[in-house]
Amino acid sequence: MIQGASVEWEVVIGLETHAQVVSNAKLFSGAATEFGAEPNSQVSFVDAAMPGMLPVINEVCVEQAVRTGLGLNAEINRHSVFDRKNYFYPDLPPNYQISQYKQPVVGEGKVIVDLEDGSVCEIGIERLHLEQDAGKSLHDQHPDATYVDLNRAGVALMEIVSKPDLRNAEQAGAYVRKLRAILRYLGTCDGNMEQGSMRCDVNVSVRKPGEPLGTRCEIKNVNSVRFIQQAIDYEAGRQVDILEEGGKIDQETRLFDSDRGVTRPMRSKEEAHDYRYFPEPDLLPLELSEDFIEAIRADLPELPDQKKVRFVDVLGLSDYDASVLVAEKEVADYFEKVAEGRDAKTAVNWVTGDLFGKLNDTGRDIADSPVSPADLGGLIDLIADGTLSGRLAKEVFEAMFESGRPPAEIVEERGLKQVSDSGEIEALIDTIIAGNADKVAEYKSGKDKLFGFFVGQVMKASQGKANPKVVNDILHEKLG
Amino acid sequence: MAELTHLTLAEARDGLRDGEFSATELTEAHNAAIEAARPLNAMVLETADLARDMAARSDQHIAKGEGGMLEGIPLAIKDLFCTEGVRTTAGSHILDNFVPPYESTVTAKLWQAGAVMLGKTNMDEFAMGSSNETSFFGPVENPWRKPGDNRSIVPGGSSGGSASIVAARAALAATGTDTGGSIRQPASFTGLVGLKPTYGRCSRWGIIAFASSLDQAGPLTRSVRDAAIMLSAMSGHDPKDSTSADLPVPDFEAALSGDIKGLRVGIPSEYRMEGLPEEIEAFWQQGVRWLEEAGAETREVTLPHTKYALPAYYIVAPAEASSNLARYDGVRYGLRVEGDDLIDMYERTRAEGFGAEVKRRVMIGTYVLSAGYYDAYYLQAQRVRTLIARDFLRAFEDVDVLLTPTAPSEAFAVGDKSDDLLAMYFNDVFTVPASMAGLPGVSVPAGLSKTGLPLGLQLIGKAFDEETILRTAAILEGAAAFDAQPEAWWETGQ
Amino acid sequence: MSLDKATVSRIARLARIRVPDEDLEQLGAELTNILGWVEQLNEVDTTDVPPMTSVVEMQLPRRRDVVTDGAYNEKILGNAPDTEEGFFVVPKVVE
Repeated sequence: MIQGASVEWEVVIGLETHAQVVSNAKLFSGAATEFGAEPNSQVSFVDAAMPGMLPVINEVCVEQAVRTGLGLNAEINRHSVFDRKNYFYPDLPPNYQISQYKQPVVGEGKVIVDLEDGSVCEIGIERLHLEQDAGKSLHDQHPDATYVDLNRAGVALMEIVSKPDLRNAEQAGAYVRKLRAILRYLGTCDGNMEQGSMRCDVNVSVRKPGEPLGTRCEIKNVNSVRFIQQAIDYEAGRQVDILEEGGKIDQETRLFDSDRGVTRPMRSKEEAHDYRYFPEPDLLPLELSEDFIEAIRADLPELPDQKKVRFVDVLGLSDYDASVLVAEKEVADYFEKVAEGRDAKTAVNWVTGDLFGKLNDTGRDIADSPVSPADLGGLIDLIADGTLSGRLAKEVFEAMFESGRPPAEIVEERGLKQVSDSGEIEALIDTIIAGNADKVAEYKSGKDKLFGFFVGQVMKASQGKANPKVVNDILHEKLG
Repeated sequence: MAELTHLTLAEARDGLRDGEFSATELTEAHNAAIEAARPLNAMVLETADLARDMAARSDQHIAKGEGGMLEGIPLAIKDLFCTEGVRTTAGSHILDNFVPPYESTVTAKLWQAGAVMLGKTNMDEFAMGSSNETSFFGPVENPWRKPGDNRSIVPGGSSGGSASIVAARAALAATGTDTGGSIRQPASFTGLVGLKPTYGRCSRWGIIAFASSLDQAGPLTRSVRDAAIMLSAMSGHDPKDSTSADLPVPDFEAALSGDIKGLRVGIPSEYRMEGLPEEIEAFWQQGVRWLEEAGAETREVTLPHTKYALPAYYIVAPAEASSNLARYDGVRYGLRVEGDDLIDMYERTRAEGFGAEVKRRVMIGTYVLSAGYYDAYYLQAQRVRTLIARDFLRAFEDVDVLLTPTAPSEAFAVGDKSDDLLAMYFNDVFTVPASMAGLPGVSVPAGLSKTGLPLGLQLIGKAFDEETILRTAAILEGAAAFDAQPEAWWETGQ
Repeated sequence: MSLDKATVSRIARLARIRVPDEDLEQLGAELTNILGWVEQLNEVDTTDVPPMTSVVEMQLPRRRDVVTDGAYNEKILGNAPDTEEGFFVVPKVVE
């Protein structure tokens, strides 16, 4: 809800996500899909729409779409049809896009989204279909000309359409993150929004609660979660302002200007597009067999929701901790290696606390962590078996992160092994008691807080290596 | 040398094999004939030097006993087939400088079989036409003329150039494409055999697309045997074409057994249209008798939706064409006309690059697909198409082939029908239904009209049963004994 | 269905074909003529008749996910009216 001048307005948001399919070759041509190649070096005659060229579908792209559909708990349509969407644009060589209109390969599904306050919401998926990506038009290379690179033309995209179940920017952000995580877990899309392998069109409308849906505006090609959220907030506000002034919303396609934080209409001279969809005559309908679908289903990896349940039920983690860990597959995998055969909660704290902290500070991904899961696990083991005190472990961890070296090496080199020998500790304590007779007297006369002083002194004298529990026990024995 | 151009393809094949003459001699004779036939305007591009090189290579293969099915055979190629390194225009200004960097599958097969390319033939622009009057390169003339009348006669279309050059005996055979009758109807107008195979029999890869669900490559030849040989060489599954049938290619020549005893021939009553010229009806009846004399049984069948085939075609074909031709926009190849901005460039390029008939059909196609009209036009036409296909299936439960006239008239004079669009479309009334159903059809010359122009009969077969229609066509051919030839008026500069 | 000049103009824009004003009426008449003729298809009862998808029963062929094509920039650019540094060049598009 957003607060207008006098009433509250409900914001209704739907997201259309274009996710580039992970595959070696393009959807209907055998050219490569790798990012960053020389312009027009990954273009076949089919991609360039030369005369007489014809499409042939890539079986892996079909599998990836089905796999994604299953990961979205969606209906897989046994029969689907490819259609031509006709419009003219220089980076769309045939001046039509092969897409799917009324009979997409995947139907209705749902995504469970975790929100910051710990609640969950279910966001419906309307459909998923396969379609071709367009090439790239560069408008800034020349004042009067546009340069066109067709490397991306024909790469497979999955268009994932959510139902208009989202109600605010937070939900939208969480939905995009969850969708991205699912795609990355499945390996069907790398979710790299900066590179453009995942982009969102955001549909926003507002209405007074209880009323029918308002006119929506579509904000095209927003390529980060932050921008999606900003665009939603701006657009909802813009629409409310118009309506409260008695105006009406024009159904428009808009762009998000990230520099100014506003949406503005696309300056196209076009009238509304008439895409003249008709079934692609160069392709037959796609028929999927039960065996085909079941083989993919049987091979699905554990997805975030399932992994989270397992972390909570089997490993005993809190809902919150589990959510944090499963958000990225790499993190979950890292954590599991660390947690294997060890206390899960301890592992969580080290991963989401210390490791995340250092990664954030140094601007790194978990994939670039200098500390391997094995080594972090090793550190935890050293604490557990008493070799290293908790406090010194933090120091060792810092050194591990800086050097990439295993904990045992660092502990040995710096002589940080915890001292637990009661004889040694007793000797230290006796020295301290002997040298602080006044404090001893004060303590014995009732100043309980001074206990900490003695502990501190012992730790200092032992360069932090004294086993705190042993220190405590012996001090209590001697001081009372 | 002149006799070499009067052989059939089969005779030339045998002659080469038997060492009666060389491939080089055969090609030289044809190069000369092509040059002499220039008044017909049948060729958009002559490739005499390339032909010589290919013939020389063929002679080497033949000498080693390694000849392919068409080794050394000089062919003309409709300019709708992309030929690598050789200009390909589709009869259009918008492609008049296009040099494909790839070879169509069908022509690649022909070259692999050892054939020789004499050049690219003129055609109706983007295969849209039934008289070869819409080409950017000017109309093609039919080698046939009415005796005592030196008006130019159309060869039919859209494969008019291919038909004309073969009928003029300047090529042993030619490739054409047939979408609504563009091989069969010109064959009928020029006294040739013209075959449209089942949709999917030949690959469409590298053939400039007009109407994707209808286009098919096929041969134009001077005998049924020649057509069978060409079809074997041209056919075959192509993994690059998703509509290509994954079926083995029969030896179509071997199907010419000469025996059609017991063959059941259907005569579709709906083809007996109002206004059908008497002499065409007469040839049709004659065809029935020829087949019965050879031991076939004939009976009337009904194809109730016949009359809707042509209007349905003129919705489906333009619709698909409007989308297939969108790529001709001046960006990546072909003509570009500069404009104030991108849209202006598109609009001027296409206005100048496309001829009037192409523009009309693109506009019709755009309209019938546009918002609000799709259901009423395109969808309805595709449903009617299903009914047309079902009509044929039902008929083929009782018969093996159908016999019909190929065209509703003999060839007409250039300019006679070009103002009446619907009259022009009507040229395809007998050929379009088989196209819509994807079925194979062949036109065989039946004889000459009263005014001395060729008339053809059409046989339509079951899907992928080209063997039966070829076998039957050979019977008609034998019975008709059509050995008339056009007077070579072009050689004497008339 | 009778096509007026505005409709012809709209269709021409969709098809990206420039039709000069003076030609709109003639073209409209020609198209109206053709459309009037094809309208007879409405006589046919097509209830429960599916649109034609293919001539014969066939599965949509699928190809293996292997890079088999591309990497021939010169061929792709070879017929282009205007290129620059490996790109196709067109008049500027205004977004």
